[in-house]
Amino acid sequence: MVAGEASGEVLRLDEPLSFWGGLDPTTGRIIDRRHPQVGESVADRVLVMPSGKGSSGGSSVLCEAVRAGTGPRAVLMAEPDEIIALGAVVADELYGRLVPVVVLAEGIDGLHTGDRCTVSGQTVSAYSARRS
Amino acid sequence: MLRLDERDAARLAGEEGPAVALAMRVVTRVAEAMEAERLLDIVGAHIDSCLFTGMASLDFAGRLADDGARVSVPTTLNVSSLDLLHPELSRGDAEEVRLSRRLMDRFEEMGCRPTWTCAPYQLEERPGFGEHVAWAESNAIVFANSVLGARTHRWGDFIDLCCAITGRAPAAGLHLDANRLATTVVRLNGVSDELLDRDVLYPVLGGLIGPLVGKSVPVIVGLPDGVSEDRLKALGAAAASTGSVGLFHVAGSTPEAPTLDAALGGRAPVAEFEVGPEDLRAARDRLSTTDDDHLRTVSLGTPHYSVGQFGRLVEVLGDRRIHDGVAVYASTGRDVLHEVELRGWADRLVDAGVQMVVDTCTYFTSIIEDTSGTSMTDSAKWAYYAPGNLGVEVVFGSIEDCVESAVAGRVVRDEGLWTRV
Repeated sequence: MVAGEASGEVLRLDEPLSFWGGLDPTTGRIIDRRHPQVGESVADRVLVMPSGKGSSGGSSVLCEAVRAGTGPRAVLMAEPDEIIALGAVVADELYGRLVPVVVLAEGIDGLHTGDRCTVSGQTVSAYSARRS
Repeated sequence: MLRLDERDAARLAGEEGPAVALAMRVVTRVAEAMEAERLLDIVGAHIDSCLFTGMASLDFAGRLADDGARVSVPTTLNVSSLDLLHPELSRGDAEEVRLSRRLMDRFEEMGCRPTWTCAPYQLEERPGFGEHVAWAESNAIVFANSVLGARTHRWGDFIDLCCAITGRAPAAGLHLDANRLATTVVRLNGVSDELLDRDVLYPVLGGLIGPLVGKSVPVIVGLPDGVSEDRLKALGAAAASTGSVGLFHVAGSTPEAPTLDAALGGRAPVAEFEVGPEDLRAARDRLSTTDDDHLRTVSLGTPHYSVGQFGRLVEVLGDRRIHDGVAVYASTGRDVLHEVELRGWADRLVDAGVQMVVDTCTYFTSIIEDTSGTSMTDSAKWAYYAPGNLGVEVVFGSIEDCVESAVAGRVVRDEGLWTRV
């Protein structure tokens, strides 16, 4: 959805996340108490999740996290989410920091927390840290 | 591929100044991300970005306002972080209060109406059937699409303002006929007539549907005909918080669903879900985070209460008073508060111990004095977000449960409603 370059360690979420009300941009941590990955930090990770959900304030929270340096390096999803793409577009416009947002046609099942992952344009490559 | 008309292209190139160019860039970049082929005209906008979430909020609105941006269509504003009529309620950090206020001012400078409500559909002027608007705020979006039959995609913060400035939105998502047909069916089965007739069913059903249907457009079958706007509002707000629902249909109630077949456009659904009494009871239980009956606060009005919901509150409370150990907050918009004052209800409620809150909402603002003990709410949305935002423990209940508990000073719920057949 938003092409760019990034690489980092994967944080894989088991359920969709609303960034607004679900992510604290001052710390980069997940605060949605009903989310399985509550307490994890998205900062400097390649965030992999099924999809976005919930509040339209998600774009503000992503943009604020990018500004504050607590945001993810990239967001990879199984389904498109315009609210997340929008946050990445505005962070690029305001701060010149581009967080790629990519929808994976093959889904996210092949990606696991701890994998190393590189995004180039709209292409994603990853290798498992555990197997290497 | 996105094709721009002559004026769009000129504005993108900066011919109407840097603010319009930036707004146009955001609109076109999102249109490209959505693979839209064109932009379309909108007749109004509702902006969510006026809620302060950090300096990025102010950086964006400030840059546009500094460059002289004005909205080009009638534009309403969502809740902010402050109650301007009751500033003494704010317990927030002084600097954050100042920045929040500054953000509100910037939106007014750009020509937006200071409505400060998450329920713009309760204002006098609202979009008509088939009209395109650019609305943000998940509950407002789902209401506009589902109940009014107006058309907006699930627009997020920033593009709401950019659409308002340019008067244009990507022709994509829920703006397009093809994406408005139901693709999944949610069928109620075996739910008691008593529960079908109660307000509390609707937020619970919405909270259940959100995660169930994913990004599909659901049509709900098995509810009574002619479900009221307040009930559809509660259903939509819950489904949009727990999931990504931007449009739902209720066969026999919502304008694009005179029948099940019409909602589906004559096609077979890709999935059907059965919902029975046990599913609803489990969904209700998931909305609570505690069974501690030590009640400290009750929060009503998420989304902002309507006149009708205040009427119900007044009726259930009668001439009783709120228990001394409990704080009850009722959030609403200024227009509704004005009407509630004219009817004499506001005085009655305040005398009984209810604190009125306007312009903002209690599930993210530092208004609640005591976040220890149990908070109660009749809103699935409040129950969903407040534990993360405020660190409170919550019990969800009907408006009747909330009032009985507020009077008694401890959590009292009608459990039988969920087990009687």
